[in-house]
Amino acid sequence: MLREYVPVLMIFAASLGVAVIMVVGSQILSNRRPTPVKSEPYESGMPPIGDTRERFAVKYYVVAMLFLLFDVEVVILFTWGIVFKSLGLFGYVTILIFLLLLVVGLLYEWRKGALEWER
Amino acid sequence: MGPLSTKAFLIIGAAKMLMIFVGWLTAVAGVTLAERKIAAWIQDRSGPNRVGPWGLFQPIADGLKNFLKEEVRPAGSSRWVFYLAPVISMFPAMVVFAVIPIAAPLPTRWGTVNMIVADLPIGILYILAIASLGVYGLVLGGWSSNSKYSFLGGVRASAQMISYEVALGLSLVPILMVAGNVTLPQLVSQQQDALWYILPLMVGYLFLTASYFAETNRLPFDMPEAESELVAGFHTEYSAMKFAMFMLAEYANMVTAAALMATLFFGGWDIPFWSGDNMTLAADGSVAGAAPAWWKTTLTGLCFAAKTGFFILVFIWVRWTVPRFRYDQVMSLGWKVLIPMEVVYVALLGGAMLYLDYLGIPFGTRYALYLTALNVVLMLVIVFVVDRNRIILGAGWRQTRPQRVKSEWIEYADRRQDSR
Repeated sequence: MLREYVPVLMIFAASLGVAVIMVVGSQILSNRRPTPVKSEPYESGMPPIGDTRERFAVKYYVVAMLFLLFDVEVVILFTWGIVFKSLGLFGYVTILIFLLLLVVGLLYEWRKGALEWER
Repeated sequence: MGPLSTKAFLIIGAAKMLMIFVGWLTAVAGVTLAERKIAAWIQDRSGPNRVGPWGLFQPIADGLKNFLKEEVRPAGSSRWVFYLAPVISMFPAMVVFAVIPIAAPLPTRWGTVNMIVADLPIGILYILAIASLGVYGLVLGGWSSNSKYSFLGGVRASAQMISYEVALGLSLVPILMVAGNVTLPQLVSQQQDALWYILPLMVGYLFLTASYFAETNRLPFDMPEAESELVAGFHTEYSAMKFAMFMLAEYANMVTAAALMATLFFGGWDIPFWSGDNMTLAADGSVAGAAPAWWKTTLTGLCFAAKTGFFILVFIWVRWTVPRFRYDQVMSLGWKVLIPMEVVYVALLGGAMLYLDYLGIPFGTRYALYLTALNVVLMLVIVFVVDRNRIILGAGWRQTRPQRVKSEWIEYADRRQDSR
């Protein structure tokens, strides 16, 4: 029923309220005396070298791409799992073919080295 | 008695929401203390014991201190994102428990009330959808801090959490297959009718536990923090209240994970071996099964708290027992071990369920026992055939080898002794 979503909105409001009060409250209550040295980013006590926002390993992008593919597949599995009993054998064979494709894709990534971190 | 009228629903809903919300926050504060106390006991020291009896008021003192401490915003950080990140991290952690039932339905003058903030028809999907937002807080916090440690923690967090989200989603598919729906009160009542899912879906529980430890960034998978490598990971530059918010979010996620484990696999608020609490509240306000009573609600609530507490204890216990994985081990465990094994498990379970249907066994205790037998076999296969201390090249792998190395060393040392 749609009215069940009203308490969810209430709890959204309560959580956002608590989180915002925490940030704003500590802004108001805490005293702050920034100095140039204090506000340097932490780098084990040394003066920071270079910029943080530089290029980083492309592997993270690869993982993000793989995630997009596999998460879509997980969503399809959810919908299948809920109606699994009523679909019966036909649905099972269909999803087996689907899972086979998924595993072949995963094996391809694996062989291509997209899942290796030590290279 | 029919369903609640809209007015009663809104008032009772608000009251329930406030009660559960405040209770949940108190529980989270309690867990921060429990973590320190249990850590202290495991390491044979006292832990916090100055503020109040047994240090019970320590969370309050911590909260006050964090409010009053000086906050440092590092130079070159993106101001608004830096302030927003703790909020983004804490918000999903606090709203995600809204669909978890905490006790048996409570009879009131206005109708029977479900002890849950919102009995959404989308149940588990809501939890997955909201919980996956938490990664934004970590990534934005790491990125906006303008510190290299934070940045590395942030990108690690993003890669790890999205990887294990796939594994987590796949580990929930077996439950959906057996249950055939996603609302958590329905799951609880089905477990009351048959068996707790821990028995028929044992292997699924193994996968869920592993994925949830990674999703909540707890040791052995706390790569985003990894204090021995990245200082404090994504929250290196955060101080005072914003740091506390990240910690609160972590503990709130942990409590939610524990409550979910209890609900999905251990019958939720169901009291074992007692049929007096086997009741289901239908949408039209009628109750099927046993008659609801306020003392039953209380007892089941306590039972739920005990189960959740136990899983929180497991989380803490593991943290202070198991060493941290290397990052590449974490990622390969997720992609190369958990996901393929879960796919195979889903396929095997589907086949077994179709075969049971073909045999004409109705869903119930006997059905669940057959699935239990299958799962015990699979569990043995996983532990003794698939793993064999091989897949995770961790401590277990090394334990099998030094024996041989040691004897060779001894021989070598003996020979040297002889030649001398």
